Amino acid sequence: MGYPHPSHPKETVVLSKYFGDVAARTFDGWVKRGGYEGLKKALAMTPEAIIEEMKASGLRGRGGAGFPTGLKWSFMPKGDGKPHYLICNADESEPGTFKDREIMRWTPHGLIEGCAIAAYAIGAERCYIYIRGEFTEPWSVMTRAVEEAYANGALGANSFGSGKRIDMVLHRGAGAYICGEETAMMNSLEGKRGNPRIKPPFPAQAGLFGMPTTINNVETLSVAPYILMKGAAWYKALCLGNPKSTGTKLISVCGHVQRPGNYEITMGTKMTDLIDMCGGMRPGRTLKAVIPGGSSVPIMNVQEVNGCIMDYEGIVAAGSMLGSGGMIVMDDSTDLVYQIMRLAKFYAHESCAQCTQCREGTAWTTRILERILAGKGKPEDLELLMDLADNMTGKTICVLSDSCAAPVVSGIQKFRGEFDAYLNKLRVPAMAEAR
Amino acid sequence: MTDKAAPGSMIHHETAPHEPVFVGPVLAKLEQLFDKYPTKQACLLPALWMVQEARGWISEQSIAETGQVLGLTPAFVKGVVTFYTMYHTHPVGRHFIQVCTTSPCNICGAEDVVQSVLKETGCGELGTTSPDGRFTVIEVECLGACGFPTPLLINDDFIENVTPERVPGLLQGYK
Repeated sequence: MGYPHPSHPKETVVLSKYFGDVAARTFDGWVKRGGYEGLKKALAMTPEAIIEEMKASGLRGRGGAGFPTGLKWSFMPKGDGKPHYLICNADESEPGTFKDREIMRWTPHGLIEGCAIAAYAIGAERCYIYIRGEFTEPWSVMTRAVEEAYANGALGANSFGSGKRIDMVLHRGAGAYICGEETAMMNSLEGKRGNPRIKPPFPAQAGLFGMPTTINNVETLSVAPYILMKGAAWYKALCLGNPKSTGTKLISVCGHVQRPGNYEITMGTKMTDLIDMCGGMRPGRTLKAVIPGGSSVPIMNVQEVNGCIMDYEGIVAAGSMLGSGGMIVMDDSTDLVYQIMRLAKFYAHESCAQCTQCREGTAWTTRILERILAGKGKPEDLELLMDLADNMTGKTICVLSDSCAAPVVSGIQKFRGEFDAYLNKLRVPAMAEAR
Repeated sequence: MTDKAAPGSMIHHETAPHEPVFVGPVLAKLEQLFDKYPTKQACLLPALWMVQEARGWISEQSIAETGQVLGLTPAFVKGVVTFYTMYHTHPVGRHFIQVCTTSPCNICGAEDVVQSVLKETGCGELGTTSPDGRFTVIEVECLGACGFPTPLLINDDFIENVTPERVPGLLQGYK
């Protein structure tokens, strides 16, 4: 459903079916709704068969990178005698994204079930669910649900009598966007500063505590029970023409639409249709720009939005990326230069400061944008920002730096007039003084 | 929607002389975690949450104590404490208010909410504590509730759809 609103007929409701249904939060409530059947079925299969089913479904990672899930699971070594770990990434912090929060708040057992399936498939006896520190209610709901799952035999030494041990540990973050990056999360879980690690080695070789590790997003893992219950063919058929992007995707729509919320769409839905499903723009306002996949992806202009098909390839073709599915809609009241500065400030605040290009680049970018907004921009500033962005892209350990550059570069390329208005003093400064 | 009771729920604000945190039930709670991780070091973030829950903030002495319990040096623990924004390295007001001002909320009026919160709490400036010790207010980057602008986190209560007009009423519940 377009939670918190009633579902829209154009949505394809799978993961969001029970959003808002308080009874679905309990173990019994979840079982009554068909829950835990996917896990029971999985425990009767071989890990290899589960991975084949996941591969056949076409499911790709819903956290942002879009890597094929079954393939990721297949990278885990077999018969190596080492402990394996599963990490569920519930550190949702990408500006514009608020879907994992709703999954945890309303269908905690669906997530636990998905984690248990994945843990069994990759040969892990233990799964850590890393929940961002600010998510206080999801933490409480998940804590209760894990306790219930143990009490009812879904988790523990003998999951549903299968003889398989599956343990689940909730781990609370403490305020750091970068810990959503997979190797930073591993360091954080190990009790360290959340600095991303250089890859290789990749997590499947040497991840958490140096052991083979798979890390998946909340939404990705929550899909697994449905794929096992209803079959890969069913999931794969949930697409509107592009077999590379299958299934449904929760899109968190925020900003200047009339009904912001989480909308579950079939891959391939038109972006303009989705905006209509959200009630369209506010009265008297027109669309100016969309950031479709969380703040780390390029900004789209109206022309790009109009032809855009919402799936992994479709949004790339339209000049941006699907990312995490956090869609920020901005109307003609938006000062894009100011908002791009806010995003740069976000990345400057969240940089772990390990790499020079990121530590310096995010801060410089913010300062230059503030200077422009204060009416003190220099004619060469846009060129300087582009040059900085080039130095910040593809040159660091993780992609936080690239993420800061994306809105800046796309903003200057697609909305240059807004920058020029400040530079040419045709616009009243938005800030008193550059800080 | 208001969320109640999470981990490390209440923030306490006494800054009484340091007394060890990891004794009795708190130590037992920490030791229960040791089985869940292959190293003691992995219990550092949970241990720091326990310190903050007990004392309201994490002092140099608490840093040293936590290090001792987990077999880590104070310098290492301090490096971790200061990496994460939710750990307080100084005492804060009885109620700690975080207002999201990242772009999705920003375009929906978050900065007006900040101004209203600063005015109503008497904090005046971000990061400071009100003269009566009741509130500390900070801006926070993306709280992950962008569809419900503007969210506020008051202690562990997550409050959605806050407008400047709602602020005075909301604060009345926090004495």
